[in-house]
Amino acid sequence: MTTVAARAVGTEADRVEGLEKVTGRARYAFEHPIEDMVYAAPVPSVVARGEVIAVDVAEALTFPGVIDVLWHGNAPKLERVGNAELHVLQSPRVAYRGQYIAVVIAKTLEEAREAALRVGVEYAVERHDVGLRADHPRLYRPERVNPDLPADVQQGDPDTALAAAPVTVDAVYRTPAEHNNPMEPHATVARWDAEGLTLYDSTQGATSLRDAVAPLFGIEPSSVRVIAPHVGGGFGAKGEPHPPVVLAALAARRTGRPVKLAVTRQQMFSVTGYRTPTIQRVRLGAHPDGHLTAIVHDAVEQSSTIHEFAEQTTTPTRIMYAAPNRRTTHRLVRLDVPTPSWMRAPGEAPGMFALESAMDELAAACGLDPIELRIRNEPEVDPETGLPFSSRNLVACLRDGARRFGWADRDPAPGVRRRGRLLIGTGVAASTYPVYRSACQATARAEPGGIFTVRIAAADIGTGARTVLTQIAADVLRVPLGRVRVAIGDSALPRASLAGGSSGTASWGTAVTRACEALRDELDRRGGTPSTGVTVSVDTTEENGEPSRFARHAFGAQFAEVGVDRDTGEARVRRLLGVFAVGRVLNPKTARSQFIGGMTMGLSMALLEESVLDREFGDYLNHDLAQYHVAACADVPAVEAYWVEESDPHLNPMGSKGIGEIGIVGTAAAVANAVHHATGIRVRDLPIRLDKLLT
Amino acid sequence: MNDDEDLSAPVTMEMRLSVNGIGYPITVDTRETLLDTLRERLDLTGAKKGCDHGQCGACTVLVDGRRVTSCLTLTVALDDREITTVEGLADGSVPHPLQTAFVRHDALQCGYCTPGQLCSAVGMLAEARAGWPSIVTADGGSVDARLDEAEIRERMSGNLCRCGAYVNIVAAIAEVAR
Ligand code: FES
Ligand code: FES
Repeated sequence: MTTVAARAVGTEADRVEGLEKVTGRARYAFEHPIEDMVYAAPVPSVVARGEVIAVDVAEALTFPGVIDVLWHGNAPKLERVGNAELHVLQSPRVAYRGQYIAVVIAKTLEEAREAALRVGVEYAVERHDVGLRADHPRLYRPERVNPDLPADVQQGDPDTALAAAPVTVDAVYRTPAEHNNPMEPHATVARWDAEGLTLYDSTQGATSLRDAVAPLFGIEPSSVRVIAPHVGGGFGAKGEPHPPVVLAALAARRTGRPVKLAVTRQQMFSVTGYRTPTIQRVRLGAHPDGHLTAIVHDAVEQSSTIHEFAEQTTTPTRIMYAAPNRRTTHRLVRLDVPTPSWMRAPGEAPGMFALESAMDELAAACGLDPIELRIRNEPEVDPETGLPFSSRNLVACLRDGARRFGWADRDPAPGVRRRGRLLIGTGVAASTYPVYRSACQATARAEPGGIFTVRIAAADIGTGARTVLTQIAADVLRVPLGRVRVAIGDSALPRASLAGGSSGTASWGTAVTRACEALRDELDRRGGTPSTGVTVSVDTTEENGEPSRFARHAFGAQFAEVGVDRDTGEARVRRLLGVFAVGRVLNPKTARSQFIGGMTMGLSMALLEESVLDREFGDYLNHDLAQYHVAACADVPAVEAYWVEESDPHLNPMGSKGIGEIGIVGTAAAVANAVHHATGIRVRDLPIRLDKLLT
Repeated sequence: MNDDEDLSAPVTMEMRLSVNGIGYPITVDTRETLLDTLRERLDLTGAKKGCDHGQCGACTVLVDGRRVTSCLTLTVALDDREITTVEGLADGSVPHPLQTAFVRHDALQCGYCTPGQLCSAVGMLAEARAGWPSIVTADGGSVDARLDEAEIRERMSGNLCRCGAYVNIVAAIAEVAR
């Protein structure tokens, strides 16, 4: 252990699996070749609520290649777990349109799909209710909101303060249902053998999926193995387990053969989660100089009738700005819709669209620059808990961004900058994301040849995790990058938390650091690597359990310039710029990709994304990529990301905050604020479609 | 097909499929798309299925040098055509300049759209060299095969990237185009 290497952390290392991905060698879930494989084609419900009273499989079974058809009458029985979405084919009840009610298994994909169209299903249809509204009679307060936060928080007397405030903003903002749409649809290859169940699955967490699936089949987690070396994006959609993986395992169990199941893009709109639509009312009370006296942020959201997912929409409002009086609430209604789930920055993304739009409205009402308004309301400590921030550099982000973007000479008057047919405007919004970290295990091994292997069941869904963990390990071991191999994406590896809540690098990186430190000590003790190699294991449960005396959050500021066509109302982003305060940036190259990727999704959220509900049939109408628009290359001009120096000793051994989600937070508000600056029209319901800008 | 033949029975055809310079004699179901033949029959999983409906570009491959969405192409129609997939872009062990540029510019995150982006870029640069205009080419103007960013963005818009790597994809392609 005498090698002294250049530090790897902080350098622009290329993705370690980059070559595999550009040559097509990287294998994703559906691409693992297994002998004797057969194909599954699910049959979705065509009604939104009711009961399946008969399933006629006779015709489908006569089709060539068909091996079996499963439905609730003949499917293997599953154990009950907390999430009823996973009780696939266990009951005749239909809770939403698109719910899986049968599955055809056949020798080829073509045969399975053809036969799936021939399964006859008779329903007893019941009237469905799929419409979210703020005055729905069944609204209720959830016990907790995701991930485990109080539903309502109140400080002071916000109602009295609002009534007395010289300047107020009171507005309702809406965000639509949005679908994650990772480019790789959810897919599973399931195989049962003497050892148990093996799942090649497109998942954000091998350990957590294993732990979720095992109890359904009444087996020990050790009898389930989840393998996911490469995952084609997730953005939350592959975080919580969804019905398709269970259906694949059921089909494989029943047929005794390995089964491949890929969710179609259309089916992804019902069975793989989505962002709940929100209706948010924001009320701000302030002095004429902009100092806030009260903030009230109330959110209304939906979940399904079979599982509660309560998104934390108003939680960023608990920490953003100083105000002595504050209330944040969440109300939910259970509708005949699919269960919503995580989508990149659940809570923060829609919640900050509302809050940061309202702050822009307040700036106008006070005649203040929107950056100055935010600086005036910068809190000294976390307003909710009173804890000091471990670091908070929102103001630095705003100032640095203003300088880079060219904000200083901005004329605040809306609707006055013309360039040809375009009205030009600029806008700013703040962003934030909490610091999460979970306990993990890891092993580190020294081989006699000078190679080190680190093992942890982490996931790389495109974040660059594999690369960053390699950098972390190399530095702790004090060896060059090329001598470190990091094995991830397999539940047979030491248990790890999933890729979610921007917590991956913090959680896994802590375990990797501790494992490599322990290995270094062990090698020092032994005076070198023994001929058989040496392995050490660590568990960060204890370290992770220590409560923090600090409020820990990342912050950022996004700036947008838009052009709005005066004749057509079409709004397009001309440039986007973000500055972030996220602790130490471990790999500037992959970090920048995370920021610009998040901002690109935020641009898409602002202008394009909307899952349109069909009230008559009760599901999302535009369920493919031709109708659900995500930003394409031509929609995305210059996007720049920067970060300010931030040294924070209260986070983790790397000093890093999560970066996967903060890029999307704030971007939609920055774009909406820019559209207002361009046109004078305040769009409070996303997306900013052209019909909303034609006056 | 005579009258008592089972209408549900798959109709198959024997053919020779040429992929990346290798000939594969195969029997195909006439319903089979090129994408499924590549992925499920030939174990060439580089081409990706993102939508199966011609809406995302993840399945883009080259047929006789021109980019096509392989999910909308029936294999049975490709007798004697030359197909190039991402696995065939490199020159032996030397990656294609676009492959190298994609890694260096970090023009990929999850990598699932990447094979389609690469095949599309190869086809697109050939189109530009042949002088094909796009909607952003000035009216009556000729195409500069070095392509500015607006041209690249326009011509690459059939390939969606949900990770949002567009800015880096454009930079990588621009470097190779010049
Ligand atoms: S899979 Fe062919 S275009 Fe999407
Ligand atoms: S790199 Fe993930 S979709 Fe493009």
